[in-house]
Amino acid sequence: MRTVHFEHRDHWRNKVYPSPFHSRQKELNVLRTWSRWYDYLSVPAYFDATLEYFAARNACAVFDLTPMTKHVISGPDALPFLNRLVTRDVAKIKPGRVGYCVWCTDEGQVIDDGTIFHLEPGRYRLCSQEHQIDWLMINANGFDVDIVEDTHDVAGLALQGPTACATLKRMGLAGIENLTPFGLAHFDFSGTQLMVSRTGYTGDLGYELWIDPDHAELLWDRLFEAGELHNIRPMGSDALDMTRIEAGFILAGVDFMPAMHTVRPTHTRSPLELGLSWLVDFNKPLFNGRRALLEEKARGSRYRFVKLDIEGNKPANNAYVFDRREKNIGWITSAMWSPSAKKNIALATLDMPHGKIGDEVLVEIYYQRELKWSRVMANARVVKDPFWDPPRRRLTPPADF
Amino acid sequence: MINRGEKMIIIGGGHNGLVCAAFLARAGYAVTVLEAASQVGGAAVTHEFAPGFKVSQGAHLLYLLDEGIRKDLALDSHGLKMAGTGLATTSISAGGDYLRINGDQLDGPGAEPDDQAAMPEYLRMMNRFAGVLQRLHNRTPMRLGTTDRGDLKALARLGWDIRRMGKRDMREFLRITGINVYDVLQENFNSELLKGALSLEGVLGTFLGTRSNNSVFCALQRMSNGARYDLPAGGMGAVSEAIAAAARSHGAEIRTSARVRRILTEGEEACGVELEDGSVIEARCIISNADPKTTFNRLLGAQHLEAGFAHRVRNIRSNGCVAKLHLALSEPPRFTGLPDEFTGDRLVIAPSLQYVEHAFNHAKYREYSKDPVMEITVPSLHDDSLAPAGQHVLSAVVQWAPHNLKQGWSEAKVAFTGRVMDVLAKHDPEIRGKTLYSELLTPADMESGFGMTGGHWHHAEMAMDQFLMMRPVYGAAQYRTPVNGLWLCGAGCHPGGGVMGSAGRNAANAIIESAGG
Repeated sequence: MRTVHFEHRDHWRNKVYPSPFHSRQKELNVLRTWSRWYDYLSVPAYFDATLEYFAARNACAVFDLTPMTKHVISGPDALPFLNRLVTRDVAKIKPGRVGYCVWCTDEGQVIDDGTIFHLEPGRYRLCSQEHQIDWLMINANGFDVDIVEDTHDVAGLALQGPTACATLKRMGLAGIENLTPFGLAHFDFSGTQLMVSRTGYTGDLGYELWIDPDHAELLWDRLFEAGELHNIRPMGSDALDMTRIEAGFILAGVDFMPAMHTVRPTHTRSPLELGLSWLVDFNKPLFNGRRALLEEKARGSRYRFVKLDIEGNKPANNAYVFDRREKNIGWITSAMWSPSAKKNIALATLDMPHGKIGDEVLVEIYYQRELKWSRVMANARVVKDPFWDPPRRRLTPPADF
Repeated sequence: MINRGEKMIIIGGGHNGLVCAAFLARAGYAVTVLEAASQVGGAAVTHEFAPGFKVSQGAHLLYLLDEGIRKDLALDSHGLKMAGTGLATTSISAGGDYLRINGDQLDGPGAEPDDQAAMPEYLRMMNRFAGVLQRLHNRTPMRLGTTDRGDLKALARLGWDIRRMGKRDMREFLRITGINVYDVLQENFNSELLKGALSLEGVLGTFLGTRSNNSVFCALQRMSNGARYDLPAGGMGAVSEAIAAAARSHGAEIRTSARVRRILTEGEEACGVELEDGSVIEARCIISNADPKTTFNRLLGAQHLEAGFAHRVRNIRSNGCVAKLHLALSEPPRFTGLPDEFTGDRLVIAPSLQYVEHAFNHAKYREYSKDPVMEITVPSLHDDSLAPAGQHVLSAVVQWAPHNLKQGWSEAKVAFTGRVMDVLAKHDPEIRGKTLYSELLTPADMESGFGMTGGHWHHAEMAMDQFLMMRPVYGAAQYRTPVNGLWLCGAGCHPGGGVMGSAGRNAANAIIESAGG
C-alpha cells in the first residue's frame, strides 16, 4: 500500500487525509464545512445541498468518491475467493463489467454492500462503504489470492446527471457514449490511465472516473472546463443522499447496521430482509451465509425492506410505522420530500408479514412549523418501483446536450 | 441419511477412531478405518525405539479410559491387561527428600502433618468437582441458543449437577474452576514437594503455567476418572490393539499404511476420500479422527467452508508443549534418597510451584524450559515384555517444549536433550552411564509422526473456552461439521484429549442417531 504524499504530513494525529481533490474542493466549498468519511475529509455541501441535488438531476454534478474503500483482488483463486465471499455469482461479471453485490457473515447477515469491477481477466476491484480488509484477509484462508487495499492509490470522482456523457465527450473521451450501464472503459489521460465506469449512486445517467492521485487535480480541472457549458457543479454528500433515496439505494449504517459493527444479533439484516434477494444466487454451491439464508428462505424473514409513498409533504425522518389498527410495525430508515418525483418518500423496515406491495400503512410524522412541533399520522402506501428511474439511466448512447 | 450397510470411512486409527469404528460396526454399519501409519493407535502406540526396548511412544499412563467403553467393547477379553494399577505419585527432589502420594495418604520425608490432614478433604472436593465434568463426557454437547428440548434439558441437567452439590461446594466449584492451581494449592497445602506434584495435574499437556487461569479446570478434567494411574501390559499400544480387535470382531475393516490425502466434496456434501496413492474411496459418511485443523485446513481445505467457521478453526489453540524422553537402561534408575521399591511409581520432578512456574515461563517466549518438569515412569519394572531381562526402559513426559520454538526443533533438539539429561542426572547421578540408547520426541516429531497439528497431544488445548459446546469450535461441537456427511471423532472434540475414547463413542452415537438409530 502506497503512502499518500500530501503536504499534511501529520495525518497520524487524526488519520484524516485531505482528498487528492482537496485544493479544488477548498476553492468551491463556500460553507467551509467538512465532514469525516473514514480516512478522508469530505464535503457535506459546497453551497446548498438542494441546488447541488438539482445539478445532479438537471445537468451534471461531481462528487468526490476517493474515500470509498478500495481493494484489488487477483491471483489464481480470485474468482473462487470472490464467489465464496459475496452472495451473487461473480462468474457472470465479465471482464470490463461491474456488478453490485453484498456479502454476509456465516449467519447470513449483511456485512456491507459494494461493487466488484472486473478490471481484466482474473483481476478485480472491490469497492465498499466500510473498511473490509480484516474480513477479506480472514476470507483469504485457503485461497491462492492477492488482496491489496489501495484506497489511497486511487482517486475517484462521480459525474452524475443528464449532461454527464456530453461533458465527458467534450473532455475528449472518444466513444464514451457507447459505454453501457455497468460497463468499464479505459482512456489515456495526460500520460496516465483514466478508468471510467458507467456506475453511480444516483439512479440516473452517470459515470465514475478513477485515476491515480497525482493526476487528480488535473482531472478535476479538465472536467470542470469541459462541463462549463453543461452546467457542471460540485456535489456534497447531502445532495448525494437525496439522489440515492430517490433511487431506492440502501446505505450502510443508515438503512441497515453492518453486521461487523452490530452487537445485538437481532439488529443485523439479511440480504432477503433488505430487498436484495435478487443478489443471492443459491445455485452457487457455497458462499458465506448460504446455509443460513436457505433456512431463512424456508422459515421466512423477520423483516421486509420497503419503499413508502407518503401523503402530504412533511418528510418522515425517524418516524414509526403503524398498521391500520395503529400497531407499531416498523420504522423509517431514510426519508425526504422528493423534488423530482414530487412525492413524500421513504425507505422503511417493517416486521413481517407487513409491507407487501400496495399495503396501506400509517406513518407518525413529527414536524416543526415556526418552532412549534406538530404531529400527523400520515397515510402511506408500499410501492414497488424506485421513485426516480428515468429511461436515460439505461439509454445507450445517451441523449446529447 | 445414512443407510445401514452403507460404507463409512474413518480417517485415522487413533484410539478415538477405533472406538468410533467399533461402536458403528457394532450397530451394523460398514466401517473402514484408514490409518496412515503401519500400526493402529495414533499416539497411543508401543514402539521399539532400540533393539529389544519398547515403550509407549506418546501417552504412557492410562487414567481416563472410560469404564463403559472398556466394558461395552469387552476390551479385557480382546487382550487388554494391566501391568500396574493405581500407581502412587512420588515427588522426588535432587536433595533426596521425597513425598509419596498414595490415594489420600502422604508418606516420606517430605510429608508434613498439616498436609496429611488436609489431603482427604482436598481430594474429596476435587473429585466431586471432577465428577461434574465426568458426567458431561459421555454425551454430545448441548448447543446454546436453541429451543431444542434435548439441548435445554442437558443445560438444565448441568445446572442441577452444580446446584445439588449444596451451597458450600457449589460456591467453591464456581470460585475455583476458572482460576489457577497455584492459588488453590497455596490455600490448601504447605509442602512444596506436594504442591509441585499436584500442580502437574493442572498443567501437564497444556500451554499453561501453575498461575495460568484454566489450570484448575485442566486438573479437574485429568482427575475426572478417579485420578487413578494404570500401566497397560505391553504399553499403550496394547490398548489400541484391544480396541482394534473389538472393532474387527464387530466387522470393521482396518487398513494401515493408508494415508488420506484429501476429503472429496461435491457441492456441500462429502463424497469420499483420496489416498496418498491416488486411489479414491467413495462414501457419504466420512468421520475424521484427525485434529480439527488437519481435517478442515489440510484434508478438506478452508475454501470449502464458510469464512467465519474457517476462521474459528484457524484460531484453535494447538501449540503442543510436551516432549517425550525414552531411555534404554542397562540397570534400573536409582534416584537419590528414594527407596528402590518406589522407583516403579509415577515419579514427578516438580519440586515446588515456583519451579513449575519457572519451567513454564520459557514457553511463553518460545523457548524450552531450562529446568524442565518431568513425569517419569519405568514401565519395565511392572512389565518385563518391554526390555531384555535385567534391563529397563524409562519413559518421561517433559515440559515445556513449545512447538513454536524460536530457533526450530531441528536445531534445538540435541541441546534440549542435554538439558533433560542434566535434570535427570541431578536425581540419579549414574543415569548417563546406564543409558544404552536415548530418544527424545519433540512436538515437531509428534506433529510429523502422528499428524497432530502443533504436536498437541489433545489436538486442541484443553480449556474452558475450548470445551463442551465450544470444542473444537462452535458449529462443529456436536461431531457434525458444516460439510454434510463429514464428522469429527477425535480428541479435538468434546470431551477432549487423554486416552479416554469418549469422543469416538459420542461421535458414533451422534452418527447413529442422525441415521435414525
